[in-house]
Amino acid sequence: MDEKQAHIHVEDLTMAYGDFVLMRDLTFTIRHGDIFIIMGGSGCGKSTMMTILIGLKAPARGRVLYGDVDFWAAGPETRDGIIRRGGVMYQSGALWSSMTLAENIALPLETYTDLSAARIREVVELKLALVGMAGFASFYPSEISGGMQKRAGIARAMALDPEVLFFDEPSAGLDPVSARRLDDLILELRESLGTTMVVVTHELASIFAIGNNSVFLDAAKRTMTATGDPKQLLAETRDPTLRLFLTRGETS
Amino acid sequence: MTPPGELRVQRAASDRLQILLSGSWRLGEAPPSADDVQREFERAPEVRSAELDASQVGDWDTGLLTFLVGLERLCADRKIDLEKNGLPQGAMRLLALAAAVPEKKDARKTAPKASFLVHVGNESADFVRSAGELLAFIGDAVVALMNFIRGRARFRRADLGLLMASCGAEALPIVTLICFLVGLILAFIGAIQLALFGAQIYVADLVGIAMVRLMAAIMTGIVMAGRTGGAFAAQLGTMQVNQEIDALKTLGISPMEFLVLPRMLALGLMMPLLCLYANVMGILGGMVVGVGMLDIGLVQYYNETARAVNLWNLGIGLFSGTVFGVIVALAGCMRGMQCARSASAVGDAATSAVVTAIVGIIVSTALITIICNILGI
Repeated sequence: MDEKQAHIHVEDLTMAYGDFVLMRDLTFTIRHGDIFIIMGGSGCGKSTMMTILIGLKAPARGRVLYGDVDFWAAGPETRDGIIRRGGVMYQSGALWSSMTLAENIALPLETYTDLSAARIREVVELKLALVGMAGFASFYPSEISGGMQKRAGIARAMALDPEVLFFDEPSAGLDPVSARRLDDLILELRESLGTTMVVVTHELASIFAIGNNSVFLDAAKRTMTATGDPKQLLAETRDPTLRLFLTRGETS
Repeated sequence: MTPPGELRVQRAASDRLQILLSGSWRLGEAPPSADDVQREFERAPEVRSAELDASQVGDWDTGLLTFLVGLERLCADRKIDLEKNGLPQGAMRLLALAAAVPEKKDARKTAPKASFLVHVGNESADFVRSAGELLAFIGDAVVALMNFIRGRARFRRADLGLLMASCGAEALPIVTLICFLVGLILAFIGAIQLALFGAQIYVADLVGIAMVRLMAAIMTGIVMAGRTGGAFAAQLGTMQVNQEIDALKTLGISPMEFLVLPRMLALGLMMPLLCLYANVMGILGGMVVGVGMLDIGLVQYYNETARAVNLWNLGIGLFSGTVFGVIVALAGCMRGMQCARSASAVGDAATSAVVTAIVGIIVSTALITIICNILGI
């Protein structure tokens, strides 16, 4: 796979809730194999951006291109097909609470593959082991901690070997060590599987540790003010808001 | 014990006010407010500057800070220079902290006062929209049902079994109680009137027809609306809050098929069975009164009931029961799916599911009765 090829291209996008415009004129490109960070202060629309990319909310204007396909102009079936090749980890895990972890991970496999029950069980155990949760297959989501729920959420998102994984605030609510381990997991999965990762976060440590491309949404200006490698942005930016964000407001 | 907070305002020069604070400025002790200063300012419109002396302040907490914030705003409005002396260190720092991030102008929600006509208009528009949503939801449910009939619907068979158990077998005790008592009550009411004519035996007809044709279905429907409809709304609402429904959608699994369809099937299949059971319970209730109080023989009561109740009555009762089951399931699932993302929204969804279901049951009963009347059955 060509590393430089565009995977998702966002063009001239406006997101709005009714009359209230959240962000306008967003244009950026997520390339294959990127760990792409959507960053910005609280309430700037990072999570809304993600809901548009994963097909839960239509943009007010503009286009989202997956390869050559216009995501929102295409019919619901095309959209379903595209989304099925992606996996999503929600902020709180969003595991189905009436099912065990094994059943959670098995559901997409049962739905979209013809694998036998025994093979599915093997896959489930493998995915749980990948996120460091081997042996928890028969637990219900309410019986494990928040950090474990997030990791199980990743295991479910990876069930169908997606081409792109979306993470909504992966390290929110985690202690520093667990957050770091989750970052390592994201890096490791990108290295070994070549999956494109889209991460919504405002954790500086994560941003610099894993991101190699990013977009910064400025809540006050209601638009994006920068896109590129976060480390490079930090070195080169002249925008005071972005500099303040990337340095935690500490002037050096 | 320091004396309570006191405020003294005096003229230092013709255009300068001196504001002296002393005592304890605690919120619980009702310290003076900035309004007192405002009155002084109004009495002396030529004042251009003010000096605040707080060196005599003893204890202080938020009470002092709110006064200072009010005073600063007042001075800014009237373009008066304010000089602050002798403020406690902590209060100075907190004031600076509060002023560090400027107020976001467009963040404050201004709820424009709507006129009565606007209200009526909005409500009507909401009503039309919710009627549209209802139709769209029913349409989606029918599509899901068609997919099921063609064997293409995706849901877990195990879920269907669990749901059938929970809205079938587990509802038996409450249905027993309610329908037995309704049969008993009907028999009592009938007995008093019929005894006037010496026609006690017709209590069996009354109870039998009323229960089998109508009452069993309605009572079971209302019990299920409260018991199961509310539960469906709460379950789906909580799944909405936890983004579990989003997680289904992004996997391309239709929540209509995965969540709504099994609930609709379970209630639609279980309701006629529950109605059948409720019929028996109601007739038993009537029989207790008939045999115990009116001295009708057991066999006699049974024969009279069997003679009075025909298959049409039973058919209409079971049909109504099935319709009510689908209504309760649809109302519960629809309110759950429309639920917003907060705890109180889940409560609202459960409430509104029960209300919608009961309204639906009563309206459809009326429709079914009218249609039966026209058809002469």
